[in-house]
Amino acid sequence: MSSDEGQQHPLTIYWIMWTALFVLSGFSYATDFMDPGYVRWGLILTLMFAKAGGIVFIFMHMGWERLALKLAILVPPVFIGVLIILMALEADNTFLTRIEFFGESPMEVETPGHH
Amino acid sequence: MSEAAVSSSGEALQDGGKGFVQDFSSDMQAFHVPWGKAMMWIFLLSDTFIFSCFLVSYMKVRMSTTDPWPYPSEVFALEAFGYNVPLLLIAIMTFILITSSGTMALAVNMGYRKKKKTTFWLMVATAALGASFVGMQAFEWTKLIMEGVRPWENPFGAAQFGSSFFMITGFHGMHVTAGVIYLLVVANRVRTGFYERRGNNYEIVEIAGLYWHFVDLVWVFIFALFYLW
Repeated sequence: MSSDEGQQHPLTIYWIMWTALFVLSGFSYATDFMDPGYVRWGLILTLMFAKAGGIVFIFMHMGWERLALKLAILVPPVFIGVLIILMALEADNTFLTRIEFFGESPMEVETPGHH
Repeated sequence: MSEAAVSSSGEALQDGGKGFVQDFSSDMQAFHVPWGKAMMWIFLLSDTFIFSCFLVSYMKVRMSTTDPWPYPSEVFALEAFGYNVPLLLIAIMTFILITSSGTMALAVNMGYRKKKKTTFWLMVATAALGASFVGMQAFEWTKLIMEGVRPWENPFGAAQFGSSFFMITGFHGMHVTAGVIYLLVVANRVRTGFYERRGNNYEIVEIAGLYWHFVDLVWVFIFALFYLW
């Protein structure tokens, strides 16, 4: 079969995306020096999704694909959210069970989330 | 099948929602992309679920343990020039993987412009960066194992840390290694004109690129959720 033109886009968009990835990663690394808390977590997640979106939509060309392929690939992972919610509930249950029935005591930690 | 501008019944393909309906009601194929690209995307979708299982498990064990979780910035800190730099090697590894994604994107572009030599060297550069990433991960593993981190215990905190770390980074490192081999095979075929003899079609470079970007993508999640959190 003869080849098509393929997905050729001007290189500029790749340079911009590449630079953006370095900048976003720099910010991600910087969050390591912040105090723990919701701001820090929020930043970690936001930067993570921003980088992921850039890689998928630009480097992996998903932004230029037809809607059928976009949805077929991007909608199923949304349901991982269901798994996350269920496992978070399960984890809390396990945690409380360990304290209640096994007499374990959570270590004294000053930082939220590091339990 | 290459990308066609018409559906199997001969009408012009539309975009957006109407195109979505057209695609899925098509006779022969739903995705108007080369079959190799569609299959690679579907494989990556399945791999997404595999890594999600590991990351969600990690979330679960970390939330449910009563012991304090080790501080990654301390566990993975390195001494450099007399300073204790947190996550130094991890930052370098992230930098390397992002660079390799850039060289890969350039390689795909060069491939479609039929520039064999440039494509070859860009793919080799990508593979070399990937190989150095695996080398650094191996160094990280060696250091942690020598400090007493095991899948069942470690001196830093909760016992589940080691198991999570080795499973997640191990699977990722395995994917990077496979990607390096894949890239070198395809790169060599580009160089020897293998794809020229097969209809001058460089889609395979883009397909290999999809896999490589996926490896970088997974690292973005691992970096954020395991090392930074």
